[in-house]
Amino acid sequence: MPTPVSRRSFLLSTGGLAAATGLPAALFHGAASAAADGKTLTIAYNLPLPTWDPTAGASAANPAVQSIYKAVFDTYIDQNPDLSFRPGMLTKWGWNKDRTKIELEVRAGAKWHDGSPVTADDVAWSLERAGDPKSGNPIQFLWGKIGNFKVSGQKVTADVKEFEPALFKWMAFLTAYVLPRKAFTAAGAGWEDKPVGSGPYMVEKTERNAYVRLKAFPGYWGPKPAFETVIFKFVPDATSRVAELESGGSDLTLEIPFEEYNRLTQTKGFGGVTTPVSDIGMIFISNREPLLDENVRLAMIQSVDKKAIVDKLLLGFGVPIDTLQAPQYAAFDKTIRTKYDPEGAKALLARSGYSAANPVKFTIQTTRGMKAKDYEMIQAIVGMWRKVGIEASIEVYEIARHFELRARHELAPAAFYNWGNAIGDPSTSTGFAMFSHSPHSAWKTEDVDAKIGPLWGEKDETKRILGYRAVDKYIADKGLVLPLLQYVQPVVFRKGLKFTPHIAGFVLPQNVTRA
Amino acid sequence: MFFLKRLLLALPTLFGVAVVVFVLLRVVPGDPIAMMIPPGASQADVQNLRAAYGLDQPIPVQFGRWLSEVARGEFGTSISLREDVMKLVAGRLPATLELCAVAMVVAVILGIAAGVVAVRWKGRWPEWLADGLSGLGLAIPDFLWGLLGILVLGVLWPLLPVSGRIDPRIEFDPGSRFFLLAAVVSGRFDVLAELLRHMVLPALALAIPLAAALARVVKGSLAEAMTQDYVLVARAKGYSRSRVILRVALRNALIPAITLTGVQFTFLVGGTVLVETIFSFPGIGNLAIGAVLQRDLPLIQGLVLVFAVLFIAINLCVDATYVALDPRVRRP
Repeated sequence: MPTPVSRRSFLLSTGGLAAATGLPAALFHGAASAAADGKTLTIAYNLPLPTWDPTAGASAANPAVQSIYKAVFDTYIDQNPDLSFRPGMLTKWGWNKDRTKIELEVRAGAKWHDGSPVTADDVAWSLERAGDPKSGNPIQFLWGKIGNFKVSGQKVTADVKEFEPALFKWMAFLTAYVLPRKAFTAAGAGWEDKPVGSGPYMVEKTERNAYVRLKAFPGYWGPKPAFETVIFKFVPDATSRVAELESGGSDLTLEIPFEEYNRLTQTKGFGGVTTPVSDIGMIFISNREPLLDENVRLAMIQSVDKKAIVDKLLLGFGVPIDTLQAPQYAAFDKTIRTKYDPEGAKALLARSGYSAANPVKFTIQTTRGMKAKDYEMIQAIVGMWRKVGIEASIEVYEIARHFELRARHELAPAAFYNWGNAIGDPSTSTGFAMFSHSPHSAWKTEDVDAKIGPLWGEKDETKRILGYRAVDKYIADKGLVLPLLQYVQPVVFRKGLKFTPHIAGFVLPQNVTRA
Repeated sequence: MFFLKRLLLALPTLFGVAVVVFVLLRVVPGDPIAMMIPPGASQADVQNLRAAYGLDQPIPVQFGRWLSEVARGEFGTSISLREDVMKLVAGRLPATLELCAVAMVVAVILGIAAGVVAVRWKGRWPEWLADGLSGLGLAIPDFLWGLLGILVLGVLWPLLPVSGRIDPRIEFDPGSRFFLLAAVVSGRFDVLAELLRHMVLPALALAIPLAAALARVVKGSLAEAMTQDYVLVARAKGYSRSRVILRVALRNALIPAITLTGVQFTFLVGGTVLVETIFSFPGIGNLAIGAVLQRDLPLIQGLVLVFAVLFIAINLCVDATYVALDPRVRRP
């Protein structure tokens, strides 16, 4: 006799069966490898892209998001992975003889992503807009030094209102992107949904705070990128980025803990590249007691074993430095050295009446977790100082507090910070970090100003670079800042990929190919 | 009348929240302008920047200006993202609400199931297991459950995605920020499955502590209900223990659980701040972390007000449920 089936029991049983089989199957079918199709490259990126206007707002001055901008937009001048310069949207650039004008030649045949040609007018308009205080360009102070643009064919000329020696270097970096005049002005607020650039990739989809999906631009003037589609997934948490890679959700990631880099590359079969980048760790010294005493400052510097910090604490992910110039920077001078000499430090302190029994006391400020092992590094340094007669108490603060105190010249006598300089020019490191009128300096004295001041407008490049080397020597001799190390950037990727690192720290999808 | 009173009471609460947040943000260390100063800026440039954001005015003047703008529905422009604050919040809020809703459903199912199991098999190993699990659920915070989920189901046994809200390769134009709803309405069940896949781990992380608390409450109230006369009558009629629990006792035992669920929902929303960050889930919790780190004052203010409105709305809903379930509350 057949069992009667009621409507309720039928629905319950079929629903239950579906729930028992279909739902788990739909949900738990495994994390597909992002690049399984061979055409897509997925990058687990450490920062979300705040806006598609690479020339306005505070975020435009954030070096960490430039990799995405550089995939979509062209800079006026491009940079090789070793920081040297090469043609970008400009094929020629230079000053006139007396440096009162600049002359630019715009690349012929370049196209915007909407198919229209890139014109010299676009370049002139982009530069003019960048120099307009109303545009919100964070580097407006620099772009405003040129004006009165004139366009003739592929050529653009402009008057120099104030000579800026590093102008052309800046044309390769922050906010130095060529935008399409017509498309940008027509788009208005819609620009964020469909930005138009001229770079190797065009924007296909933007899901704010989640990901951007880029598609190779067939009309790009440069080499064809290896991947048809590139996805930048925004994964700010370092542990989650590692998990993204291990789970197969992403193909490449960056800025992960050094221990994780070693584990992934040594035991998990991932590929990896470590490169010293244009980012240094340093301790600002403020011109306040007790660090007005030169003996104390020099003792601070001589008692820090930078090599031990790099080798033991950072597992080799760093390069000790003695000036604010990393070896790849234009004004790097390998002859300027500060020695590790704890006995010498003790002697210096003794001259000022200090010893391990009667230590000199001050506060050192640091972030915790802003950079890899920042707090641990300062702990180690404080330990080294203690041995020679320096008793420093550590104050942890957020980076926002650091900026606030630095702008008000109220940092503690010593304060840890990391300083980036992707163009490698000394004005961007020693200049802004040590010139008293800069809101970013901590040591503010006339003797240093007298040395840096004339270099801001120095027209002879060789003389300018030599001038900065002399300033760096003076700073090292007087102990006015404590440079610690050049950071090494770890980038990890799945097997089968090849990644070309960039000293500016850019992780450019166009620099990723199949192995 | 009851709700009108509650609504009127909500206004001073919101005003208080606005005052506290506004003043607190301007008193705590960390100046948003200092974070925006370009390399070559002069002191005059810094002052101009400060004036542009109205931060050069005394705090009461700033507050008055902001409040009048809020009254007109303008919450200002985000300093870091250069976009209207309400537009930003409205763009992220649906993701958080959907996540919280899924987490709530999961928590309710798990919590009630654990409570029922503990009472049904009282004094036997299922009760001990349910108690042990609920103890574990309460002892470990949501973000740690999240990390554990990533490790187990994302890395060791890679079954689920560990970040984001949807697979970036999927073509889906939802026409609304409520993706789950849009997927259902448009009949895109492939997208629905993907959305749920991305929600499993963060929703579980949020749900487990809440489920544990619910399990404890359901167990207690159900055990008490099982001693009531109407239950004894049902047993005397010959109903099985399971049937008595599910058909007779559970309905009454759920009243305190409903109250707890409402109250805990506010904590669930608060918990999204960390969980969304761990899972790179693009909701308001994730947005809040970025806003705080960037000292984006207009955005933080907008977010806190939205959180406050959410909490008030949830509490009103809880009160409404309570009133519906217990008429004594309506009496003066």
